[in-house]
Amino acid sequence: MWNYSEKVIDYFLHPRNVGEIDNPDGEGEVGSLACGDMLRLTFKLDDNGRIADAKFKTFGCASAIASSSALTEMIKGMTLEEAEKITNRDIANFLGGLPEEKMHCSVMGREALEAAIKNYRGLASPKRELEGNVVCKCFGVTETDIRRVVEENGLTTIEQVTDYTKAGGGCGQCHEEIQKILDEIAANRAAEAAGAEMPWPPASREPSLKPPPLTSEVPHLSNLEIVHKVEELINTRIRPALQHDGGDLELVDIDHNTVYVSLKGACATCPSSTVTMRQFIEKELRKEISPSMHLEEVRR
Amino acid sequence: MKTIYVDNNATTQVAPEVIDAMLPFLREMWGNPSSMHTFGGQVAKHIDKARERVAALIGAERASEIVFTSCGSESDNTAIRSALLSDTKKRHIITTKVEHPAVLNLCKELEKEGYEVTYLSVDGEGRLDIDEFKNSFREGTAIVSIMWANNETGVVFPIEEIAAECARRNVPLHVDAVQAVGKIPIDLKNTPITYLALSGHKLHAPKGVGALYVRRGTKFHPWLVGGHQEHGRRGGTENVASIVGLGVACELALKNMDDEKTRVASLRDRLEKGILETVPRGFVNGNRKMRLPNTTNISFESIEGEAILLLMNEFGICASSGSACTSGSLLPSHVLVAMGIPFTRAHGSIRFSLSRYNTEEEIAFIIEKMPAIVERLRQLSPIS
Repeated sequence: MWNYSEKVIDYFLHPRNVGEIDNPDGEGEVGSLACGDMLRLTFKLDDNGRIADAKFKTFGCASAIASSSALTEMIKGMTLEEAEKITNRDIANFLGGLPEEKMHCSVMGREALEAAIKNYRGLASPKRELEGNVVCKCFGVTETDIRRVVEENGLTTIEQVTDYTKAGGGCGQCHEEIQKILDEIAANRAAEAAGAEMPWPPASREPSLKPPPLTSEVPHLSNLEIVHKVEELINTRIRPALQHDGGDLELVDIDHNTVYVSLKGACATCPSSTVTMRQFIEKELRKEISPSMHLEEVRR
Repeated sequence: MKTIYVDNNATTQVAPEVIDAMLPFLREMWGNPSSMHTFGGQVAKHIDKARERVAALIGAERASEIVFTSCGSESDNTAIRSALLSDTKKRHIITTKVEHPAVLNLCKELEKEGYEVTYLSVDGEGRLDIDEFKNSFREGTAIVSIMWANNETGVVFPIEEIAAECARRNVPLHVDAVQAVGKIPIDLKNTPITYLALSGHKLHAPKGVGALYVRRGTKFHPWLVGGHQEHGRRGGTENVASIVGLGVACELALKNMDDEKTRVASLRDRLEKGILETVPRGFVNGNRKMRLPNTTNISFESIEGEAILLLMNEFGICASSGSACTSGSLLPSHVLVAMGIPFTRAHGSIRFSLSRYNTEEEIAFIIEKMPAIVERLRQLSPIS
């Protein structure tokens, strides 16, 4: 029997905010029946852009239901910018903790919220899509998913990764790949810890031949710092450059290291706009903010 | 709150008669049966008596064919390892995909040691394909290990037919009969089985005691090596009180076999019928004819087993589920998956396993509560 906190049991037996909002502003769906849990989250904003109401429907165990319900309680009254800062750990903490093996329930909550916010911003369909390299084929978990959860929760073992993301909990064939990700993150952590104590530039250190992974986080920058830096860079450097050629760009969203922009003016119809974006803007972002920055074009 | 216990394939209530029979061996007669003095030595005859009772329940020809162990898993491990050691040139094992982990995980371990294992499949109702079984034998088949009845679905395999085939081919057969013993008649005199495992706590004896039947004339290699106890077949000082308890439990089971076949089976049938009639989209897993009299496994579509169990728990109803969340793994029951039950149903499966201690009132209470429990979770579910 699981050792659930009183609050988990309470939120399971008396779930708050069950249901679906008609004509929601945002809608997110993660998981599947086959995987053993699934969550549909809908929310509506008030005139000030705050979440006025949020509802959930969940197929899953007690902790999945409790995590979903807790999430709806947590986000009410928040702006989307505040809501998207919620991590799976915040959900688990709200519930007075979850058994380690059930931490994936809290991750499902965070992912549904993300999907719903993306959906609101017109960037995605409600159904959360897998982006990039799918590491665990049994449960459909991507490298990005794993990296994020490993970094946000300080995970170090495959077993933990399975507890938190389900990755590796099926056939087990991806264990090697998960271990590689863990090793890489551990190495990055160690390098940062060492780097923090060393003068910059490190005179004696060999330059790393391996390019930094595209999806890695930038741990010394908070999300908020990234947002500010990206905004600043776009407004002071990139837009003026594009405007010079009769084009323009609108910043749509920043999701960790991924910057979503929409091209305007001449840029929008320019057949080489993708090339323009990748070569110019991404280079600027990577140079000025972090080598892991990534650019996505949104067509409006 | 009253406890309504319908999880008897997990463990059973120790029968009051069993407890009464055990207590003297904890309070007064606590000597070591191997001792030379009367105080200890007198205990040995009670172990022999228990051995006879176990033999009687499973129709063994001789009490000496019974070896007491600590549990069903130990019996399974002992039997399979013993058979493999008896002819080390043979490196092939036949078993099924739906065995208890005690056998399944041992086989996986043996694969790492270089053995080859054939895992027989089952059909949608959990039944073996006898032709597939017959065709799976090889020159080097060392042992066949097949359960008598499945713990999750209660589906009973045609062990008589399987045993006849093994005997014809002169391949030892181990039967994990942990769920069958005490629930259906077993007659080893007339069924050529080499090894058979049983567990005390599944038939109203305490946990921590089991037995292994080893047919007379079988080459035997002890698994737990130690003293001369159990005629050198299992080391370790005997768990006297529990062995005595197991003996009494076997005697009670023999006496109650008819009750199991009739009254318990009719309670099970009533429960199953009642639930299927009142709860929409419920499905019975496993063949309903070839089945233990006490077990029904029902899937409730689009909801999850752990959540169902916890709501049942609110009413004091104790059962089990084949869902991933209850197993601590992320995959639903290997038995239901082997049967090809879709994951969507496997996650919402509930096993009700009755015993002779269940009453009509209890069954009526469960039937009364289930519709609301299922409905409540379906309202929470994004799939309707």
